[in-house]
Amino acid sequence: MKALTEMNPRLRAWLGFGLGALVLFAAAPALLSDFRLSLLAKYLCFAIVAVGIGLAWGRGGLLTLGQGVFFGLGGYAMAMHLKLADAGPGNMPDFMELYGQLDELPAWWAPFANPAFALAATVLLPMLVAFGLGTLVFRRRVRGAYFAILSQALAAAMVILLIGQQGTTGGTNGLTDIDGFFGYDLDDPVNQRMVYFIIAAVLLGLLALTRQLMRSRYGELLVAVRDSEERVRFLGYNPANVKLVAYVVAAGMAGLAGALFVPAVGIISPALIGIVPSIEFVIGVAVGGRAALLGPVLGAVAVAWAKTALSERFPGTWTYLQGAMFVLVVAFLPGGLASLWGMVRRRRETPPAPAPVTGDQALIKEVAV
Amino acid sequence: MTVILGQLFTGVSIGAVLLLIALGLALTFGQMNVINMAHGEFIMAGAYTTYVLQQTITDAGVSLLVAIPIAFAVAGAMGVLLEWALIRRLYTRPLDTLLVTWGVSLMLQQLARDIFGAPNVQTKAPDILTESTSLGGDVSIANSRLFILGLVVLAVVALTAALKLTPLGRRIRAVVQNRDLAAVSGIPTGSVDRLTFFIGSGLAGVAGVALTLLGPIGPTMGTNIIIDAFLVVVVGGIGQLKGSVIVAFTLGMLQAMVEYLTTLSVAKVIVFVAIVAFLQWRPQGLFTLRTRSLA
Amino acid sequence: MTAGGLSIRGLRVVFDGFVAVDGVDLDVAPGDIRFLIGPNGAGKTTLVDAVTGLVKASGSVRFGETELLGRDVHRIARLGVGRTFQTAALFEELTVLQNLDIAAGAGRGPWTMLRTRRAVPDDVAFALEAIGLAGRRDTLAGTLAHGQKQWLEIGMLLVQNARLLLLDEPVAGMSHEEREATGELLGKIAADRTVVVIEHDMDFLRRFARTVTVLHAGKVLSEGTVAQVQADPKVQEVYLGHAAAESEAVEA
Repeated sequence: MKALTEMNPRLRAWLGFGLGALVLFAAAPALLSDFRLSLLAKYLCFAIVAVGIGLAWGRGGLLTLGQGVFFGLGGYAMAMHLKLADAGPGNMPDFMELYGQLDELPAWWAPFANPAFALAATVLLPMLVAFGLGTLVFRRRVRGAYFAILSQALAAAMVILLIGQQGTTGGTNGLTDIDGFFGYDLDDPVNQRMVYFIIAAVLLGLLALTRQLMRSRYGELLVAVRDSEERVRFLGYNPANVKLVAYVVAAGMAGLAGALFVPAVGIISPALIGIVPSIEFVIGVAVGGRAALLGPVLGAVAVAWAKTALSERFPGTWTYLQGAMFVLVVAFLPGGLASLWGMVRRRRETPPAPAPVTGDQALIKEVAV
Repeated sequence: MTVILGQLFTGVSIGAVLLLIALGLALTFGQMNVINMAHGEFIMAGAYTTYVLQQTITDAGVSLLVAIPIAFAVAGAMGVLLEWALIRRLYTRPLDTLLVTWGVSLMLQQLARDIFGAPNVQTKAPDILTESTSLGGDVSIANSRLFILGLVVLAVVALTAALKLTPLGRRIRAVVQNRDLAAVSGIPTGSVDRLTFFIGSGLAGVAGVALTLLGPIGPTMGTNIIIDAFLVVVVGGIGQLKGSVIVAFTLGMLQAMVEYLTTLSVAKVIVFVAIVAFLQWRPQGLFTLRTRSLA
Repeated sequence: MTAGGLSIRGLRVVFDGFVAVDGVDLDVAPGDIRFLIGPNGAGKTTLVDAVTGLVKASGSVRFGETELLGRDVHRIARLGVGRTFQTAALFEELTVLQNLDIAAGAGRGPWTMLRTRRAVPDDVAFALEAIGLAGRRDTLAGTLAHGQKQWLEIGMLLVQNARLLLLDEPVAGMSHEEREATGELLGKIAADRTVVVIEHDMDFLRRFARTVTVLHAGKVLSEGTVAQVQADPKVQEVYLGHAAAESEAVEA
């Protein structure tokens, strides 16, 4: 372990990514049944959202309780395209025919028939919404709990809007029964496996991107803004822009995750993107370690796995456990499980330095890879 | 015209309940900079208290009146317990408190499911409240909404008087304005905090009683209304009651009117946009105590 | 005024009806080390807040030829106005080097920002030497000793390339040796900059002030060299009574 900590960070990162790739691309497909692998694909989508939350919340102090909005925008953009593709050119998606309220495809659906437009929209649409809201909110120095509440209100409004517009969005049911994915039949296990590989590759790619962001000068500045926004302002930076970048990147990741979730699970619906799922994204990040790179990924997968394992057989117990997790981890282990690893490492090296604990911010100990 | 007036009255009574909830939130947020996500479950506790009382006291009118102080005490006690067990340990970490209290709210909802069952339950309103009072012409207003309005006005007046006139109220205001100074002046900030939580949470319990007149009682009833109440606090500002009063009624009526003109789903989005637009103008809320600080 | 100096005219700051700064005129020439003194509540820190854009004010504040009032905090900072705070405001979770590098970087483009720092920039290396923290550059700022934190703040102003430095009680809580070192550092810095210091410590003031302005109840009470101000009967009347008590408090 000592050798590992002294290793050149670059080399360590390559090793880490190599190991991650080995687990995701070789071990998991070899060891897991098709059913388990498709579950893992779903968890990895949550993990992608978590990477973004780790950046925005862990490093930037932006507690976003509305990532479901961006996950949903990405998911709906993808699902709209796949529904249109399933229906074939000139036809309306099945649920529109079923409700029978519409004579023709709504105008705002039409562009999503174009795969390039839809794919771009899965990422750009969430980023655009985050940019708009972030610009307005950060520029006026709305922050902390105020920002958290606003982001949550956005999730609430989005869900109510989707449910209300049943004729064009599928309402409470959402967009379901998605059969094909750019010409591949999603019922075929081989194609499901391909979707899993795509998701795993995207996760690894985004981890690399986030690692670079965290280690860059921007990453240092982001931590500085989190810990003392006003001080940064007096150094000549506009903290609003610094926060905006993290928020928009996190939104883009959530959008991409939502887009990949659709072929992996075959559905996107309001219940998957509302207040509760949005805050469930956060619990995974908190458990794993908000300021670490890998913490949010492992936390998100672990929490999602525990939910599947427990919630079907003991739904009540799961809710208590989830609540207890929030209370115990956030109150008493704010650095998450990643901070345990850091503590062990420090104990081995040097006598513990008196670490100043200042509020929400006392969490960034580099646990990168 | 009558429809519009009817919508306005609906908005006023919803605004009144929002106000009751938001006042409690603003008290605890203003004093301790703590967002208590479990506040919604104190509303739920107040509502279930009304339900339980009605099982024992069959007269709907008596049980409703008895429920008001008891719901206040039950929800207040829950608030004190939460403050003592968790929140006071997290004062310097407001965002973490938000998440911790969310966890508590999840557990309380499940507790309600385990005790009362997942389906909604209903209380029976006293006969007099099921009727309507005519306001001249064909405009009339449901008595239950009048009752809620009266209850809220009473609560707000009582709270204002308590804060302005009693020594305890002065202590609370002192802690809100300058915690450190209050502490060195010999005010026991810890017990003042607990008292604030008792009152703030108790108000949520009373709001729960009021909500039993407007709709069914269920484990998630708190989460549905709590976000609107948070928005009232955000827009109204901290430290002064009048901000919450103005914003709660405005928000209630705005929502009711937009809902009438469009649909519920569009109304939520429009109200959200309106709030973000408002914050461009007044990012600190409508009324805020201004102090010189770096934060 | 010479270019690069600070020139304040009719500055007024009002908080909810309370007039904290009431029509202050103040000129500080380039190269000067001006001490601002006055009893608590005299408006010293509020004046600095107004100059740096933290509070709204009326009147005029010019740095060189540029009007500062009405600009955003970060724009004023980019014009070369830097400040420190009564309690050291550092990024405690970042290292000394990271603190300085951030202070040096407000003008960096996006491409530089998104890359990892490969080497220590020259100005940062110079500042590390100047503030005597070269040996501790990888220490977390939060674990520095009190005096070192204050120096790091001054170092951040250096790399920020501030031409006007506003220091709010820079030597509060420092040992005698640390004060001496700080004072000498200020002297070196002031050669090509304009320095304004808020300070309660009278010994420090006598040693290092070039000029002094006394504020009282939001107004300028007296101005001049240390000797002139000390001889001013108005100052003795309203200020020295407090000063005895205060400097005791500082000494304690």
